[in-house]
Amino acid sequence: MEHFIDIVLLGLLMITGFAIVRMRSLLAVAMLTSIYSLLSASLFMVLDAVDVALTEAAIGAGISTILMLATIALTTDREKAPRHTPLLPLVVVFTTGAALIYGTLDMPHYGDPDAPVHRRMAAAYLHDTPEEIGVPNVVTSVLASYRGYDTLGEVTVIFTAGIGVLALLGYRTRRRNIQSPAIKKLVVLRVIAKLFLPLILLFALYILFHGDYGPGGGFQAGVIFATGFILYALAFGLGNAQRLIPQRLLHVLAAAGVLIYAAVGIEGMLLGGKFLEYRVLADDPVTGQHLGIMLIELGVGITVAAVMLIIYFGFVSRQHSGDS
Amino acid sequence: MSNLLGHYNYWIVIILMMTGFYTVIARPNLIKKVIGLFIFQTSVFILFISMAKIEGGSAPIIAEGISVYSNPLPHVLILTAIVVSLATTALGLALVVRIREAYGTTNEDEIHVQDEQD
Amino acid sequence: MMELVLDLLSWVCLLAGAAFLLIGAIGVLRFPDFYTRLHAVSVCDTLGAGLVLVGLMLQGGLSLVTVKLLLMFCFMMFTGPTAVHALAEAALQGKLKPLVDDRES
Repeated sequence: MEHFIDIVLLGLLMITGFAIVRMRSLLAVAMLTSIYSLLSASLFMVLDAVDVALTEAAIGAGISTILMLATIALTTDREKAPRHTPLLPLVVVFTTGAALIYGTLDMPHYGDPDAPVHRRMAAAYLHDTPEEIGVPNVVTSVLASYRGYDTLGEVTVIFTAGIGVLALLGYRTRRRNIQSPAIKKLVVLRVIAKLFLPLILLFALYILFHGDYGPGGGFQAGVIFATGFILYALAFGLGNAQRLIPQRLLHVLAAAGVLIYAAVGIEGMLLGGKFLEYRVLADDPVTGQHLGIMLIELGVGITVAAVMLIIYFGFVSRQHSGDS
Repeated sequence: MSNLLGHYNYWIVIILMMTGFYTVIARPNLIKKVIGLFIFQTSVFILFISMAKIEGGSAPIIAEGISVYSNPLPHVLILTAIVVSLATTALGLALVVRIREAYGTTNEDEIHVQDEQD
Repeated sequence: MMELVLDLLSWVCLLAGAAFLLIGAIGVLRFPDFYTRLHAVSVCDTLGAGLVLVGLMLQGGLSLVTVKLLLMFCFMMFTGPTAVHALAEAALQGKLKPLVDDRES
């Protein structure tokens, strides 16, 4: 039965992929990309990857769609026909596809428990996590503790993306607080946005701190936190949202998250261990691990939320002032 | 036949990858190219996650009574990869906005024509 | 006995929810105009998703999972119609005229 759901989801993904290639209207393509992300998130759930499904649904279907829509609003929304024939790209694509399929013939069967990828590291992580770290969610323990250095690099990548968008698009504050008449009519949306904003922020904090026991963690929480404020900006206008969260605060928060992460690492060194060693942070090694994981997830959440908002405001404020 | 049943996941993922690849190289609109890259990246995630699945396993959250768990290591790698894909998509779209302001178009053919005229 | 009744009830809810979602999808494809399609999506999708969640709640029994599903149900009841309202208002702002029947009857 599970295979059947698998096949249906993959078939729908293929249809969506082909539709994205063929469609000319870019708004429809943005919506199809969002559908593609949601279908992949469902596929990840069927494949037992719950953390990855949550992250893909929040990031792929949420933030990426908003950014694509903002870009389409700033540029054209129709694609022109290509000038040269697609013969050479088709040949290249078919050759590459055939070579890759020939390469997969050697791969282990789908779902095989004896595959080489399951041999050493996975068994070690699954065995050591309850004793050394004491956290049920093995993905969080590997992400935050065993592979904490990679996650530090990941947070830095997010921070760099925020700086990059700031450098490219800037951030123009609206001086006057104009609410366009269109927004004034959406009374229902404004009431619901006001009602749900605290619930969304609370849910983001829940996912942040519950990431040890279930799917969740810093990245998903930061994205959901930013989504709450994006909802506010959509319902009440950009000027109100920019007065709610000043530009300086976002810059400080984006850097503060990365600094918290690095500070936890250096604290480990100051207390006698190595960089990012959490065992020395408290008297008991397991408590030290818990403390370290909580602090770095907090840092990750803060940076991701601030950078998402920087990127969103960068895109949307461009429209209002740089209109051509 | 067992080859088909064991590998259809990977083959469909390769078809999706090639769809994204074709969109990047054959479509002239810049936003379409960025979206094609996004499709490519997401299909690579599906490849990794289907390699991590174990038949009869469950999600890698340690609970009572479950003995077989899916492999958590590719999940961690893909979590990082999803976030990095968001970063590259955001930067790519910001570049598209600036290119539009500089050249007046987001069509690759027209941009080449304008570059050759200079 | 009680478990059989609950199981049957949850099956009925799940199947009915799936049927409503299918009807909503057929409505989106077949209706002639944006506003009528929006109506099909809003009514059938909210009802279908709600019924599927009720069916899952009956399967879950009395546990934390049921409370979470109840919260999701409330959330969907709030946000589904709001999204459709925003869509319809945006279409009206964009001067999309609804299809009216101009025949004299």
